[in-house]
Amino acid sequence: MRVFEKQFPFLETSAAWLLAVLWLSPLLYAFWAAFHPAALATHFDPLSPLTLANFEKAWTYAPFARHFVNTVMLVTMILAAQLVLCTLAAFAFARFDFVGRDIAFGLVLVQLMIMPEVLIVENYRTMSRLGLVDTILGIGLPYMASAFGIFLLRQTFKTIPRELEDAARVEGCSMLGVLWRVYVPLARPTYIAYALVSVSYHWNNFLWPLIVTNSVNTRPLTVGLAIFGAPESGVDWAVISAGTIMAVAPLLVAFLLFQRQFMQSFMQAGIK
Amino acid sequence: MLLVGFTHYPAAATLIDSLFSTGTAVRPSRFVGLANYAALGDDPIFWQVLGNNFWFALGTIPTSIALAMLMALWVNDRLPARALVRMAYFTPTILPMIAVANIWLFFFTPQIGLLDQLGGLFGAGGHNWLGEPQTVMGCLVAMTIWKEAGFFMIFYLAALQSLPPELEEAAKIEGASRWYFFWRVTFPLLMPTTLFVLVNATINSFKLVDHLFILTKGGPDNASNLLLYYIYQVAFSFFDTGYAATLTVILLLLLATLALVQFQLIERRVHYR
Repeated sequence: MRVFEKQFPFLETSAAWLLAVLWLSPLLYAFWAAFHPAALATHFDPLSPLTLANFEKAWTYAPFARHFVNTVMLVTMILAAQLVLCTLAAFAFARFDFVGRDIAFGLVLVQLMIMPEVLIVENYRTMSRLGLVDTILGIGLPYMASAFGIFLLRQTFKTIPRELEDAARVEGCSMLGVLWRVYVPLARPTYIAYALVSVSYHWNNFLWPLIVTNSVNTRPLTVGLAIFGAPESGVDWAVISAGTIMAVAPLLVAFLLFQRQFMQSFMQAGIK
Repeated sequence: MLLVGFTHYPAAATLIDSLFSTGTAVRPSRFVGLANYAALGDDPIFWQVLGNNFWFALGTIPTSIALAMLMALWVNDRLPARALVRMAYFTPTILPMIAVANIWLFFFTPQIGLLDQLGGLFGAGGHNWLGEPQTVMGCLVAMTIWKEAGFFMIFYLAALQSLPPELEEAAKIEGASRWYFFWRVTFPLLMPTTLFVLVNATINSFKLVDHLFILTKGGPDNASNLLLYYIYQVAFSFFDTGYAATLTVILLLLLATLALVQFQLIERRVHYR
């Protein structure tokens, strides 16, 4: 009885806090190492001098600027294509009866289970046949028709009352107009959720980009970071930390700013 | 409009179709029949990798699910500064696996790594954590738990928030302890979420291989190799695409089985609500 009403038991609070600190510590540690001279990276002296030299070094050792541009291009391209394709496909699945719809939708659902990652070997062959190896389009293509996006949007579209659509049609709206004026605005939270998940997924994606790219001009951040951070490269640890921090910074800052939105998006996206 | 629905939709669908039907269509094109599958049975590395994957799954899934549940319970309750705590738990989720591996690599480095430094305080000698077959898996498991628990937490959080508050009030009136309330009410009600998370976690345990590129490259002596990474090695380091395709088929079969199990379980379990 008491535990329910009084504030949180002290012991549990401490445990929760301890776990939180434990969970943050690897990241905090990376920050520590990145801002201190390499020689001091392993000594936890609060008075050791701060430095930005590691960032400068990392920036010059690896073509980070190029990687950044590539990642941004990749993420934007995938997202744009996904939004268009998934909207249209989801609309077709949600509101039209056509022959084989259920089978087709079943096929889409299969892709929910079998992610493009698993088929790296086959996809690589497809890409080389298309001549898209080592292009940013090649990295993005397998992900553009996202089953997850179709599924998510279809669910949302289905909840929108048909009366709204009928009203719009009476007003003389075309089918595309209905989609654009009625469905898309009403599904906005879903779009935001999906966009956040998609962007963070592709910002962080690694295996497929690694396979498809083989030059500096197309490699996204994660691949660049992996090459740069591999033990063989001989770069010292503080510099690797700095590089790592740089690569995760945009997403991390976005997360810290829009925490609530992020978590809700991941939640909504996962639960459907 | 119908036209647009139909012209764009096939474009999307064929793209998806081509992605997975080709995965199996490889076999006839090489005219080797089942030779690749026979080779599979004789390949000790394949069995080792499969075993590794099993241990990896067993090591990461139960712990991360239990932790996720605990985190969600804490964060959902009247914990001081819970927004901060929640953020701390969730942050690893948005980091790329590569960056995570970079950070954790340092913990495991012999001599100067954090683990060895901590061990040194207690008089333990230096350890090559990632270099020894006995410890390497443990390291990967620890890191994966760290990465995933926060992600699973949000599903539990969502589920907890959808539980009617009357339940807790009723329990309060009955004088039930928190512990009792959790086991008898919360835990069973969270079952659908647990199943969902369980399947996700299992799929992830086959899918997550990025960190291997940084940390171990499957070594030492394949002690930390996982199925998908092995496929990558076979296809792009040994250039044996036929065999890699065979391995892919196995992986697909595994995932398909998982999917079936998932649907079965959901059919059976979800109705009691």
